[in-house]
Amino acid sequence: MEMEKGEIENSGIIEMDEIDKKIINKIQLEFPLSTRPFRDISNELNIPEEEVIERLKRLKSLGAIRRIGPIINTRKIGGSNTLVGVKVPEYDIERVAEFINNYTEVSHNYLRDADVNIWFTLSAPNRERIDEILQEIKDEFGYPILDLPTINQYKIQVYFDLK
Amino acid sequence: MENIGNYEKAYEMTENDLKIIRSLQDGIEFESNPYSKIASDLGMTEQEVVDAIKNLIDKKMIRRFGASIAHRKIGFVYNSMIVWDVPDEKTKEVGKIMASFKEVSHCYERPRFPDPPYNWPYNMFTMVHATSKEECEEMAKRISDATKIKNYKLIFSTREFKKTGVRI
Repeated sequence: MEMEKGEIENSGIIEMDEIDKKIINKIQLEFPLSTRPFRDISNELNIPEEEVIERLKRLKSLGAIRRIGPIINTRKIGGSNTLVGVKVPEYDIERVAEFINNYTEVSHNYLRDADVNIWFTLSAPNRERIDEILQEIKDEFGYPILDLPTINQYKIQVYFDLK
Repeated sequence: MENIGNYEKAYEMTENDLKIIRSLQDGIEFESNPYSKIASDLGMTEQEVVDAIKNLIDKKMIRRFGASIAHRKIGFVYNSMIVWDVPDEKTKEVGKIMASFKEVSHCYERPRFPDPPYNWPYNMFTMVHATSKEECEEMAKRISDATKIKNYKLIFSTREFKKTGVRI
């Protein structure tokens, strides 16, 4: 499909051609670990390295790729993590979400369509820091907070298969 | 802002591991030699940086090295957290079945808080991503049939306030 550089559909979904899709599939789970990863991808997909890089830059500038880097294993590095749900009344959502976003320890923060509606993940070097943050949120707003640290992890394998 | 605390003291994490992760965690440059600047900053060769990444993967400090994708932008617009009320004695068995579905990206067991004000009986969490709401509902139904867990709920994300990935 032909497209203009920088063009975005109304839905916010980015237009991608077959080569873009192949690149995205490739760099999620099999990003080459070498000093010249983009050359390796270019050899494999049979397109020039310069084109691989240009396509990646475009996909990043449109927001499809956030970054290429290490996905840290929070269970192994020794810190402490939890998933938190907060029951926030509609009118106060913006204020609570902003307060939560300000912590660097927060890696994900979503509004979800349930009674318990603000959901965020916390990663900190130790449990004390997590308790401190949750206490601060409690003190600031007083809304019920569900603190849900992992008991067992059965799976974590994020892969978006573009066909 | 600096995070508080010392990850160096964490399990098997050396000062060098930490330096490498910190210089890579915001992502590599999209250029022919993406490690050249990091290598010179750290006084290493590019090959040594790559070897250090492989070592961190072997030690499982890094789950994988690769792209973080904004799933909404590539068409996976619907993201549902399906929460399940699984009897305590069945969590291991059910967790394994849920994890075997390829559409499930995350499957975690967490504590439940069934009493007010929480009213939260759910102890198993699965995440699914799809291109439509119906597709998510269909997956939940299939997982429910396979596990015989009938008390569940799909919770869709309606706004993303933040997604940075874990930084240390």
